[in-house]
Amino acid sequence: MGFGIGVSSPGMGPRGIIEQFSGGDNQRGAAFNRRVVVRLLAYLKPYKRPMLLACLAMLVVSGLTLLTPYLLKEAVDQYISQGDRAGLAHISLLTAAAFAGLYLATAGQQYLLAWVGQRVLANLRSALFRHLQQLSLGYHDTHIVGVTVSRVMNDVATINELLSQGIITLLGDTLILVGIVVIMLTMSPRLALLTFIVLPLMLGVTMWFSSRARVAFRETRTRVARVVGDLAEDIAGVRVIQAFGQEDSTQERFTQVNEANRDAHINAMTLSFIFLPAIEFLGVLSTAIVLWFGGRAVAADEITLGVLVAFLSYVTRFFQPVQELSRLYTTMQSAMAGGEQVLKLLDSPPEVQDQPEAGEMPQISGRVSLDHVSFRYRPDLPEVLHDVNLMIEPGQTVALVGPTGAGKTSIGNLIARFYDVSAGMVAIDGIDVRTVTQQSLHRQIGLVPQDSFLFSGSIAENIRFGRPQASDAEVEEAARLANAHDFIIAKPDGYQTRVLEGAANLSVGQRQLVCIARAILTNPRILILDEATSNVDSMTESLIQGALRKLLQGRTAVVIAHRLSTIRSADLICVVQDGQIVEQGNHDELLERGGAYRALYQRQFSG
Amino acid sequence: MQRISSENRPSTSPSQAQILWRCFGYLRPHWKITAGAYLMMVLIDAVAMINPQLIGWAIDHGLEADSASSTGSLTLAVGALLVLVLVKGLFTYFQGRWTEVASQNVAYDLRNELQRKITQLSFSFHDQSEAGDLLSRTIQDVERIRFLTGRAMFRVIEGSLLMLVTAVVMIVMNPLLGLMALLALPLLVVQSISFGRVFRPLSVVIQKQLATVTTRVEQNLRGARVVKTFAQEEAEIERFEAENRRWFDLSATAARLQAVNMPRLHLIANLSSVVILWYGGTLVINGQLTLGELVAFTTYMAQLVSPVRFLGMILPAISMAAASAERIFEILDTVPEVHEEPGAPELLERLAAEKRVCRGHIRFENVAFSYGRHASILKDITFDALPDQVVALLGPTGSGKTTVVNLIPRFYDPSAGRITLDGVDIREVTLNSLRAQIGIVLQETTLFAASIRENITFGRPDATQEEIEAAARDAQAHEFILQTQKGYDTPVGERGITLSGGQKQRIAIARALLTDPRILILDDATSSVDSETEHLIQLALERVMQARTTFVIAHRLSTVQRADLILVLDKGRIVASGKHADLLTASPLYQNIYNQQLKRGKG
Repeated sequence: MGFGIGVSSPGMGPRGIIEQFSGGDNQRGAAFNRRVVVRLLAYLKPYKRPMLLACLAMLVVSGLTLLTPYLLKEAVDQYISQGDRAGLAHISLLTAAAFAGLYLATAGQQYLLAWVGQRVLANLRSALFRHLQQLSLGYHDTHIVGVTVSRVMNDVATINELLSQGIITLLGDTLILVGIVVIMLTMSPRLALLTFIVLPLMLGVTMWFSSRARVAFRETRTRVARVVGDLAEDIAGVRVIQAFGQEDSTQERFTQVNEANRDAHINAMTLSFIFLPAIEFLGVLSTAIVLWFGGRAVAADEITLGVLVAFLSYVTRFFQPVQELSRLYTTMQSAMAGGEQVLKLLDSPPEVQDQPEAGEMPQISGRVSLDHVSFRYRPDLPEVLHDVNLMIEPGQTVALVGPTGAGKTSIGNLIARFYDVSAGMVAIDGIDVRTVTQQSLHRQIGLVPQDSFLFSGSIAENIRFGRPQASDAEVEEAARLANAHDFIIAKPDGYQTRVLEGAANLSVGQRQLVCIARAILTNPRILILDEATSNVDSMTESLIQGALRKLLQGRTAVVIAHRLSTIRSADLICVVQDGQIVEQGNHDELLERGGAYRALYQRQFSG
Repeated sequence: MQRISSENRPSTSPSQAQILWRCFGYLRPHWKITAGAYLMMVLIDAVAMINPQLIGWAIDHGLEADSASSTGSLTLAVGALLVLVLVKGLFTYFQGRWTEVASQNVAYDLRNELQRKITQLSFSFHDQSEAGDLLSRTIQDVERIRFLTGRAMFRVIEGSLLMLVTAVVMIVMNPLLGLMALLALPLLVVQSISFGRVFRPLSVVIQKQLATVTTRVEQNLRGARVVKTFAQEEAEIERFEAENRRWFDLSATAARLQAVNMPRLHLIANLSSVVILWYGGTLVINGQLTLGELVAFTTYMAQLVSPVRFLGMILPAISMAAASAERIFEILDTVPEVHEEPGAPELLERLAAEKRVCRGHIRFENVAFSYGRHASILKDITFDALPDQVVALLGPTGSGKTTVVNLIPRFYDPSAGRITLDGVDIREVTLNSLRAQIGIVLQETTLFAASIRENITFGRPDATQEEIEAAARDAQAHEFILQTQKGYDTPVGERGITLSGGQKQRIAIARALLTDPRILILDDATSSVDSETEHLIQLALERVMQARTTFVIAHRLSTVQRADLILVLDKGRIVASGKHADLLTASPLYQNIYNQQLKRGKG
């Protein structure tokens, strides 16, 4: 619906991302960027042979394209005019052979180019995906998922268009253009030069159109994005709209964006309906020039009738490459812009990196210490943790409590080394986490995320996520420990039930249980548990509590806690406020002390 | 959406022809402009018939060595050629523009109709539909209908007409040569169809595979934290590569098919023009055909074959459009479950007729509710909420609390029993007049991408600044709003500030208060916020419950304790009702909830 959005902020809500997606050639750069081209061409290197073959095919295509009108001329001048039937049959066969050759060469060229193009596309996507796996969480915090997906899927596709089709089109069309010019000049310089008069007109019209069209079509994309955004809001807010009886006003707003969309499309298409006849007119104009001047020349016996017929044929072939080349220019612009983005992503270094001499993290016993730790997410952002000291003994459960934004999650993130500290040191069993490889560290750490994130796939695949080689029996055992087994086998497909997006087929509580099973299966030494805040019914709640108790047993656990039961049974409670641990102790001690914890407790837990 | 409520779905499934016919029905309001476009089309085709004749005529009559008459013929032919192309250009412009205008209007009308329908359909519809699906029906599916009623239909008719007329002209010019040229047609059609038959299903598979690859990337990014903690980067790469590889294999197969198709169509056309060159050339040698006619013939040949390629592309588009239309009409034909009686009066008018005002007395009489044919969700609900009372609903998840309150503004209708407001059956008055008396803070807070002010005034766009601020104060939202950069004009959403869950909720409370409702419904208003915010919201609620009938789905002891009526629900029934003190002794379930949930504070 988006009232007022039209004026102030066109890209709100789902719009921002949609605009990225519907962008097409939204982003444009210079048509040529040497650095980008050189880097991208390297991706063609492994495919030298098919590319060379495609070039060869392209040469054949260009040659045959130029040859056939010439054969036509010969047929008219040498045989039809002379009444040579055998000769006509002969040259007809020759022309047929030329067309057959053209067919084979064109098909070969197109296949090779498409094959190489898609190969490179797949390779580039793999390279990007690999790189994304190495990037730290810092990258994911600052980039919208949709935009990154669009880099991997869409930008790469524009580059491919240029790499595979573009280069060969450039060569082939240039070759044909030059060939036609040369042949026409040889056949009849005067007639050729007269025909070329149309060329600058053609270029002018094309350029006028593409600059206007770029603006007009960009407008259509913006308008469509607004329609999508408006409707997306109507759907998301439909309950509110009905509750407040605002159906009519949302319809009015929608009609407005819908109308703007319609008009933008009509405008853009109208440009095409001017452009197409204009180009056709110029084509006929050149035919007319050839016909009139050529006809006069034939009459004056300066050229043969065959030359005239061949000229008529060349003229129609002349303008196609001109059009193709101007279209290529546009492709190149967006490919350069896309290439730049893709390279930027490929070149972005992971913020958290393994040190060159990093060793494996030995079997963790579970002592975690934070020693004067300060932390900010990015150098330009304010500090979120100041001088935090914390000592967790093996097997202890530590509850972090405090208001939203106090820094509880950041403490969890630093222990798992999703980020590096800005000052101080995080150590596990006395080993600075920065001196070991991330893989070996992460393998011994488990996570139950607050939003109970599950991947699309079956329940079994999700439980097995951290240990893909686990047997069915092990998966089931983990599910049993997590109190998830019973509800899973109650589903029609049991462990093979697909997890759908949203809470479509698994309730929030059930998702939490699956997440717990997933963590249990990897048997981590250290567990980071971000307790979910959403309400689940008391039955499920007690299942979750039971599962958590088993999960926490015998491991070091850092719990970002919201539940009183978790907090009460914790060995150590840390009250986090404004990036600092302001109180530490167990439940009774802290209540006794009558400080921040007591205030928090009274407000939050005693109704 | 796979699961539109079976109750409402139109029962007969119409044939593809019927569906397409209904699509073309949307052109009816724009019939004048459509007729104009098709008239232009006939004229364009006529010009297309004349052009080759002119060139041929010029070659035959304009190239004589001698005379002024020859030059005259040539000039005449060339002049006519240029005039005709200008005329044709004009026709093309109007044809294109009018076709576009008509079809864009079809899309415009369809989208308006869809949006209207979507905002009117009851909660039961939206419970079962997905936003992405509704969006893609309104955007992509409508786009296909636009293409069908615009260029696709035009191309089919224009192409068929052009082929037919060209074929006739060729046969009239020279029957035998004409027939030889026509030989190419069946070959072209066979090639187009057989290509389409293999390629279309393949391209569907490729699209799906590409979507799978995209989903892999997206899921991987969304779950980045999980991937990292479980150290599954390598396994993720392997999974991605497998899907990526499969996409490549499919695409390579498609590339092979595609690489051959177009060149093959060209080959067929080219070879038949060689036949014409040979046989026609022989005729010229025999003096049965002029050279100009031969040249004209080859030009006609090009005209004859070009529509075949379009048809090859457009026929699949038509069947795709039919599938799209089916999805669109499925929504348009859904009847909202909740609808007004024809001629229903406004609530206040109805009360005024009996010299009464709205006081907010809600009465449930033996109300039952079930979703379609599913098991019943509510059974035999009977209670009285007197004006200005606070009614608290309690019970385990799925016990039907939310459903009870959703029946009051008629988001759903009961399957049995009735609900009255001040003695009037709520089904007897208009929906908007009923809902105008009710303020709701829903379980999930939805704000719109607009300024804070626009969000608060959503239900009453004409509210004054004083009223807005008063509502915001009552909702404990005024303070934090003033702290934002542009105060009440601060935009909400991605381009604006990000509000916390608690701030959103307080704005939603202000939004509900601004309409000064007689009846207030608060559903789970304090989930997922931290304790500080919770405290503020609590304060807000205490204030706003005064002087109106309030229904609250509560998790908080203090709210429940001060309620005038507590309804304890279990499995869709009211198992106990009364005040806190009575229930503590009378209801074991209440005791249980009290001990487990309320005392613990957070559920």
